[in-house]
Amino acid sequence: MSSLSQAAVEAIRLVAGADPKLSEIVLLSLRVSLTAVAIASVIGLPIGAAVAVSRFPGRRTVIVILNALMGLPPVVLGLLVYLLLSRAGPLGSAGLLFTPTAMVIAQAILIVPIVAALSRQVVEDAWQEYREQLRSLGETPLGAAAALLWDLRFSLITIVLAGFGRAAAEVGAVMIVGGNINGVTRVMTTAIALETSKGDLPLALGLGMILLAIVLALNAAAYMVKESAQRRFG
Amino acid sequence: MDMRTPLSLLPLRLDDVAFVIGTKRIIDGISLQLDAGPRTVIVGPNGAGKSVLLRLCHGLLRPTSGRIAWTSPEAPGEPRRQAMVFQRPVLLRRTAIANITYALAIAGVPHGWRVSRALEALRKVGLERVAGHPARVLSGGEQQRLALARAWALAPEVLFLDEPTANLDPGAAHEIEKVIAAMHADGTKIVMVTHNLGQARRLGDEILFLHQGRLAERAPADRFFRQPVSRDAAQFLEGELPW
Repeated sequence: MSSLSQAAVEAIRLVAGADPKLSEIVLLSLRVSLTAVAIASVIGLPIGAAVAVSRFPGRRTVIVILNALMGLPPVVLGLLVYLLLSRAGPLGSAGLLFTPTAMVIAQAILIVPIVAALSRQVVEDAWQEYREQLRSLGETPLGAAAALLWDLRFSLITIVLAGFGRAAAEVGAVMIVGGNINGVTRVMTTAIALETSKGDLPLALGLGMILLAIVLALNAAAYMVKESAQRRFG
Repeated sequence: MDMRTPLSLLPLRLDDVAFVIGTKRIIDGISLQLDAGPRTVIVGPNGAGKSVLLRLCHGLLRPTSGRIAWTSPEAPGEPRRQAMVFQRPVLLRRTAIANITYALAIAGVPHGWRVSRALEALRKVGLERVAGHPARVLSGGEQQRLALARAWALAPEVLFLDEPTANLDPGAAHEIEKVIAAMHADGTKIVMVTHNLGQARRLGDEILFLHQGRLAERAPADRFFRQPVSRDAAQFLEGELPW
């Protein structure tokens, strides 16, 4: 009990003092996960919207696969990306393994299905309401997908955040493809895992607090944006 | 305006059109011709198939059998020359004017002309002052007028309306009726479904009376209300107009 409270006090001191080692890890985490979520959104949102408004053979299969991929275990994905990027792998010559870029790639692949599947659901619900009007105006399916994405922009923020939460919180994929190299590819989750196993609880706890605070702050911000937008735009 | 005026969409011919879901014949063999000019108002009891008939004409539904033919149909990919206003206006989460410029963009109106055309349409329906307001926070009546302005900006040859005032109070409904009359005066063919017989009298030049998916009667409005020929229409009028 006393060692836990000691660790907590030490953790708060590290966070409050903006410990350089700690800030470096936090900043890399943010850089990797934010880049991954940006890439995943650029890919996933159009996929979700396009599937929502179009009818094609095999559409149900695509939806089932997208939904299933939401639960993809990060370690399995990490292993696949590792095999792709390793020296002997098809993309090995790029030399990306154990770099932040590899971590971005792994996290982006991890959250594309989340963004696509959830936005598909949201866009499809709206499509029920808009379909006749947009078809009446002569809108094409792809035009409708784009219009709906813009129309639902405030609801989609929540989806993008869910993607960010998943990316920032996962440890398996970044551990495998990043390697948890001190000062190069060490992010919050891998650092927590490592420091805990080493017994350095203050640093692990401090990082855990920051991770929670970031996720909480982002969600609060998104909630407020959505609320005020709903009041303004209806 | 284009130098070569396209041939007219009208008349519209329906030839033994049926629309069936399961075993229910929602539209059961309707043949008719809609000509340019008179305001056509479709009335009939609930479930008579009025809204479905409108959607079939507008191309939102495909008939199960029969033929629906415009005289000079819109080619796929060409801007539409007909528009529709629904019972509940469907507006995007943008400003009022952006809702109209969006429709103009789909219709292929060059970028530089869209705003002035949209403003002109807003002025015609009396919504100029809310051009910059988000469309979805306007009142119900304003939203429906905006939907009409959006249709008007497209200068359609034919405007279909599906109970456009069903959700509105009498004052707002009156505003809508004024806009519809003005669009008609502007040269747009009006085809409207309404549940409100007073409105059908005020706006209709001719009445199509639908009953159980069939066209039970078609008559000039004054004659229809004075002296319906079919028994179903007579019963319907008696039930709806208690005096």
